[in-house]
Amino acid sequence: MSATRVPEEMLLAYATGALNEPLSLVVASHLALNPASRAEVEAYEQVGGALLEDLEPAALADDALERTLELIRLIPQDETSASEQICAPVKPQPADGLTLPSALRGYIGPDIEALDWKTVLRGVEEAEFSVGREGARTRLMRIAPGAGAPRHTHGGMEVTLVLEGAYRDASGRYARGDVQVADDGVEHAPVAEASGTCLCLVVSDAPIRLTGFFGRLLNPFIRH
Amino acid sequence: MSVNDPAAAMVDELTPEQLLFAIAERRDRAAFTILFRHFAPRLKAYLMRLGAEAGAAEELAQEAMIMVWRRAETFDPAQASVGTWIFRIARNKRIDALRRERRPEFDPEDPCLQPDPAPAADGQVERGQSDERVRAALKTLPAEQAEVVRMAYFEDKAHGTIAEETELPLGTVKSRLRLAMGRLRKALREENPTL
Ligand SMILES: [Zn+2]
Ligand SMILES: [Zn+2]
Repeated sequence: MSATRVPEEMLLAYATGALNEPLSLVVASHLALNPASRAEVEAYEQVGGALLEDLEPAALADDALERTLELIRLIPQDETSASEQICAPVKPQPADGLTLPSALRGYIGPDIEALDWKTVLRGVEEAEFSVGREGARTRLMRIAPGAGAPRHTHGGMEVTLVLEGAYRDASGRYARGDVQVADDGVEHAPVAEASGTCLCLVVSDAPIRLTGFFGRLLNPFIRH
Repeated sequence: MSVNDPAAAMVDELTPEQLLFAIAERRDRAAFTILFRHFAPRLKAYLMRLGAEAGAAEELAQEAMIMVWRRAETFDPAQASVGTWIFRIARNKRIDALRRERRPEFDPEDPCLQPDPAPAADGQVERGQSDERVRAALKTLPAEQAEVVRMAYFEDKAHGTIAEETELPLGTVKSRLRLAMGRLRKALREENPTL
């Protein structure tokens, strides 16, 4: 039985704020689709609140409170509700008809067709987009029904969240909301189920290395 | 606020939740003052633990408290305790200000939200009550487990680095962390059986 949730350590790192931005995007999107992981993150945040309560307070400057009260005096009375409306995440009606997590929409916009899609091989397309300042690659991957991504190993960590459809590899089946974490040692060849297109969010911290026949054939095209 | 305002006279008897409501409902500066005196020095300590200079930590603690004032009406006691809510604000403030990264956040209004399978039967318990249980559980953790928990929350490093600092094998750090988080989750399970 393969794990289909974000591993405990990664949920904890998200809750404490230690996780980088690309992986935080995977976790936030997964949380919308997985109540158990959501409850776990809320528990870790509650531990964070308890640890904050127990911290030895650090003395503030004598006028810190006074200065803060002065600053909030400058905030207009009706500003709060207005700013909440402005700051509330914009939720454009998706033009692609897909119901995707809001956190992800904030990065890819209302239409995934507008992204820069590239065909990797027959039935497999990718669109890379920029998340944060770190070197990790973040991309959407779309696998046609019954098609497969090439067999590959991983030079680093690869985290995949299924957004639509489902795929299988030797380790099991992954459907909407499920996450697969593949590490150095893992070699796999995910195949989309015949019932529909499989759309995934993939974050990897090193270029994947292809193995097998198609790997040798296609490696130069897959690497960027 | 005038001295004979009955709300002001009672303000120091209020719970943190009631203090936040007082800010949300009537922009109560006395309520804010009490929350500030309690939380701002802890937020400064938190930010210093995470590597901010004293001056920057104080500045950010103040900014976080201003956020508390501005966002008070978004606080939902069924969803989080005041301590948890303020922890989230400070954590995100730090990511934004010190790491200069965006914080992808789970959105409770998300159109594709998968609802909780078992919502609390007879009204949500206020989360503030279970905070006490978590704090008690934290105090009963074996010292070596408490240490890795504090490192996980207060050091901005991957767990691999925690292992290097404590000169422990990564596997040992992981298992201590898992044991500790398991015990803390257990302390919370009474309100939330899905944990
Ligand atoms: Zn590519
Ligand atoms: Zn892979």
